[in-house]
Amino acid sequence: MTTAVTPATATDPPEPEAHGRPRRRITERDGRRIPPWQLALRYALLLIVLAVCVGPFLWQLSTSLKGSHENIYSYPPKLLPSSPTLHNYAGVADIIPVWDYALNSLKVAAASVLTNCAGASLAGYALSRLRFRGRAVAVLVFLVAMLVPAESIVISQFLTMRQLHLNNTLTAVVLPGSIGAMNVLLMRNAFSHLPYEVEEAALVDGATVWQRFWRIALPSVKGTLAVVAIFSFMGAWDDFLWPLIVLSDPHEYTLTVGLNYLHGTFSSDQRLVAAGTIIAVAPLIVMFACLQRYFFRGVGEGAVKG
Amino acid sequence: MPPARGIRRQLPTSPWLFMAPGILVVAAFILFPFVSTVWKSFTDARMLVPGGFVGVANYRAMLDDPAFWTSLRNSALYVVMVVPCTVVLPLLLALLVRRQIPGIAFFRAAFYTPVVASVVVVGLIWVWMLDDRGLINGVLQALGAGKVDFLGDSWLLLFSAMAVTVWKGLGYYMVIYLAALANVPRDLVEAAEVDGAGPVRRFLSVTVPAVRSTMVLVAALSSVAAFKVFTEVYVMAGPNGGPAGEDTTLVMLVQQVGTGLSGRVGYSSAISVVLFVITLGLMLLVLRADRKEDM
Repeated sequence: MTTAVTPATATDPPEPEAHGRPRRRITERDGRRIPPWQLALRYALLLIVLAVCVGPFLWQLSTSLKGSHENIYSYPPKLLPSSPTLHNYAGVADIIPVWDYALNSLKVAAASVLTNCAGASLAGYALSRLRFRGRAVAVLVFLVAMLVPAESIVISQFLTMRQLHLNNTLTAVVLPGSIGAMNVLLMRNAFSHLPYEVEEAALVDGATVWQRFWRIALPSVKGTLAVVAIFSFMGAWDDFLWPLIVLSDPHEYTLTVGLNYLHGTFSSDQRLVAAGTIIAVAPLIVMFACLQRYFFRGVGEGAVKG
Repeated sequence: MPPARGIRRQLPTSPWLFMAPGILVVAAFILFPFVSTVWKSFTDARMLVPGGFVGVANYRAMLDDPAFWTSLRNSALYVVMVVPCTVVLPLLLALLVRRQIPGIAFFRAAFYTPVVASVVVVGLIWVWMLDDRGLINGVLQALGAGKVDFLGDSWLLLFSAMAVTVWKGLGYYMVIYLAALANVPRDLVEAAEVDGAGPVRRFLSVTVPAVRSTMVLVAALSSVAAFKVFTEVYVMAGPNGGPAGEDTTLVMLVQQVGTGLSGRVGYSSAISVVLFVITLGLMLLVLRADRKEDM
């Protein structure tokens, strides 16, 4: 599974200047050599941490590939399946509609990406570039909303959804996080860092607000937009507490809620649970492998915002 | 501040058209539920009954509720145990992956993998790892140590959940530290080396002071997150919070009390307000740390 995460192309935000450096000798940035024993120690430590961080995923993958005749409780534990089979991936679908749940999660995550990208960039642009009465109040609204922990309002959110007759729908799962306050502020920040002259020139040429937003500003903040998209996807795909509360009909479950349900069922077979978790985690690992740079960048921007 | 001067010839409505979706969502699904939570905390509302004003009765009831104290203890303990680990371990990890040696991009990415997985998945993976007949107990047995019933004892279960939280956060905070370490002045480290300071000494007297404000930031971020812990414990200990509910956390209590047809919305809201106030206190710490960052 982790071999999918190998691309050595991963960029490295903290030390971008290290790129293109000849790789013949293993040196530090200032050109001094690292003594071989130190290097060996370093790799040894790296491998230990690697085992700790990735090992559990691989163990889960291995368990999910073990056939029903293979004893998964054998002692000593067998790291590799004796005859790998995909049987459990079909088997888990017999107990819970895991592919429907995956589809539900995908719908929720995709909707969340769309609404967040659209809503946050529109609001962020207005907050950064347009002058209107009440702008300071609007900024304050988003700041306050960012400070309210979602965990402390889930019950009221549920009552709100019930009043709107939306409880137990995927729409209700998406709505509360559909335009994150933090994403709005991130986009506002990104727009504010653009040089203003280009837009001013467009303004002089008679471009409307929409044209300036769509043709000039938005294409220049693609990086931040990608961060917003990725973290919206991940947030929606991984969310558990809110879908758990708002969804009561097992047909509408998302993957996380469905997996927890599977884990709780009476005769849960570890092989099947393992297959379910791999189904849930694989798309994100693939996404991470392809878009690493934005994941790392998002951590930086999110942390500074607090 | 954004340079908004100079834009005048727009329809007066268009800025609000831009703002409308965002404001609407935030007002309807964050701010209104928040105000409603505060209001309901002073009522005896139930899931199917609007209820009436009861003053601070819910808050009084909380003081006599052993379940509240247990869950507050667990959430507070979570902060106390998890935060030191998430401040120190990712920093050491960042130092380990800091140098540009061959393959380091792979290691960095691999260490980040647990961050990408959902907490439910991570919880289930560790339930299997820590199972009575799971991999960890297998290894312990092979080493000659006895089996440990990680998931049977309420304390061991809570500590296992904490370890999972720390494990999942390692890569995230590592990336934050990497950015901070890139800004540590090189000559400081060299000067310390020339003075004959060993690696431990260099770490304590050069690296730590240089990333101190980031450590505060990480401490604040992780304490807010740790106090709101829900999913790890819910998945690992079950919906009822382990044996006799001993592992219930504050958010779990909010969920247990406030949901279901007989959900005590008023009481659950009061617990939510307490949760909010404590988290806000921890968040103020974030803002203070952030301000230090700017200086």
